[in-house]
Amino acid sequence: MRKYLARRALFALGTLLGVSLIIFVVLRILPGDPLVAILGVEGHARMTKEDRVRIMHDLGLSDPLPLQYVHWLHDIATGKLGKSFFRGDTVADLILHRGPISAEIGILALIVSWLVGLPVGIVSAVKPNSSLDNIARSLAILFIAIPGFWLGMLIVLALLFWFGYKAPLIIVHFWQSPWQNLQIVIGPAIVLGLAQGAYIARMARSCLLEVIREDYVRTARAKGVVERRVVLGHALPNALLPVITISGVLLGFVLGGSVAVEQAFGVPGLGRALVTAVIERDIIVVQNLVLLYAAIFVVVNLLVDLSYAWLDPRIHYA
Amino acid sequence: MRGWTRASTMPEPARANGERSVVRELVAFASRTPLSAAGAIVGLLIVAIALGANWVAPYDPLKTNFRLMNHAPDAHSWFGTDQVGRDTLSRVIHGARTSLFVAFSAVLLGTTVGSLWGVACGYLGGRFDLASQRIMEILQSFPDLILAMAISMAIGTGLPAVIVAIAITRIPFGGRVIRSVAITVREMAYVEAGRASGASAFRIMRLHVLPQCVAPYLVLASTHLGVAIVIEAALGFLGVGVPPPTPTWGNMLADSITGLVPRWWLVLFPGLAITITVLAFNLLGDGIRDTLDPRLSPGFLRLVTGSGRGAAAATPTRAPSLQENRTGA
Repeated sequence: MRKYLARRALFALGTLLGVSLIIFVVLRILPGDPLVAILGVEGHARMTKEDRVRIMHDLGLSDPLPLQYVHWLHDIATGKLGKSFFRGDTVADLILHRGPISAEIGILALIVSWLVGLPVGIVSAVKPNSSLDNIARSLAILFIAIPGFWLGMLIVLALLFWFGYKAPLIIVHFWQSPWQNLQIVIGPAIVLGLAQGAYIARMARSCLLEVIREDYVRTARAKGVVERRVVLGHALPNALLPVITISGVLLGFVLGGSVAVEQAFGVPGLGRALVTAVIERDIIVVQNLVLLYAAIFVVVNLLVDLSYAWLDPRIHYA
Repeated sequence: MRGWTRASTMPEPARANGERSVVRELVAFASRTPLSAAGAIVGLLIVAIALGANWVAPYDPLKTNFRLMNHAPDAHSWFGTDQVGRDTLSRVIHGARTSLFVAFSAVLLGTTVGSLWGVACGYLGGRFDLASQRIMEILQSFPDLILAMAISMAIGTGLPAVIVAIAITRIPFGGRVIRSVAITVREMAYVEAGRASGASAFRIMRLHVLPQCVAPYLVLASTHLGVAIVIEAALGFLGVGVPPPTPTWGNMLADSITGLVPRWWLVLFPGLAITITVLAFNLLGDGIRDTLDPRLSPGFLRLVTGSGRGAAAATPTRAPSLQENRTGA
């Protein structure tokens, strides 16, 4: 088991190394002069040659590319992560300052998705093809199709129109003012959670339907267990594993989606920092944030894979 | 295709027969999966509107009119006008053109490249396959939208850049699914016979493996259309998509929040267009999947992702559940 863990962790590390290499290649080799990208053609032309050399040197962009890559890896290992071109604050500060809000949104979205998706899936599976099931399935199809950021915009607009309400637009951490903080994160969390919940409901329904047909469930019914306990106690645990898997996969869509949803709600989280950096062509910030998002995705899916062994006693890893 | 060849060998009656069988197939499809048929009709309608945007749209989508700024929907402009007096309905209609063009091209490009790669991986195997799998895994470690953002930032925001950016995010999906098909086909007797008779690997892939991949290819392409539309819209919304003034649903939504007080019609209609289009293509895609490739149905996926049944779950893999991976941007 320990050997398996180590192998999987090493594998994930290798993947992340590949991820960092791809980010580096995409952001450094494809575009032309990074100074032109930062300053625009005019700004670039206005500078003296010495200025250009000095700035390139300060940014660490004048080294040969392989060396720059090694420097970056070193920075990641020591947690320095370089500086923004425009603001002078380090990327590490940026992550520490804005990260908590985005993390809250992600975790809350996950909770919402399970709270909504699982009960809906169970209700659907208990009475398949009933009107309740049909409504639930139609809603799932609908929520999968609605772009989260648009739903977010509609919610913001509706609250503004009918209640004259606007969530705070500044960063308020939970430990500063829980109430204000909640107002910031709840909207994006619900929007992201509903879309995921739709997938979870679908998955839970079809898994449960399959498990309910199995012999041991019939046995449980035959010996007189109450239906409620048959479904929740006997069938559900076995149907949960794929639901957990899909939660891991869906995380990619929460991570990506949160970027647009944060923008829609005007939440000053990491996603908006990334969007700003992309538009300003702030390469250092972009490369680190993209790596962070990918790393979260990889690590969570590693945990999902590993949780199999823990959740299902029948699985033994050599 | 079949009806067509038959028509060329035998004249009139045969062709009528062929046509009727196509009609019959469609009717069967519609009665089996009515929702998908509805999706197909709506989807076709949207495609038709996009193609005929010049005739359908009541006004020029780029024409500003400073006497009619921020007008609410009325008899003249059903969807209202924007900050510079452009007609929203016309912009939504022309936006369909851009959005659909980007989505179709991206899915076609990404799925095709991915599928060809997957055929090579599955058939050739060995080190090439191993290395390719690692690359695809790395590509899939990025959340879709974030990868697309980074790529379109690197290669610039224009129509081709956006198409390439979205296409790259689709490559691993095609690669993985088609690879598994190719692996199955490789072991079949007729392929082995081809090998035994001395056909080159390229020839076998082209003549024997590729035709087997057509159905899963269509399934993949149709299920990813909706995702591509959402990614395109999200990129436009975030300001890294197709640049203005070209109207796309995404950058219309981005424009709508630049004003102090957002106008509801500027938010509602482009988003509604996205939702209806994605809904139609998703429903159609589900129907095509169920019809062409039962192996990709949720039941099968669950079997492979491991529904808690020891053997299947012992090799946890994310690959098969990718069917369900959509960008909820």
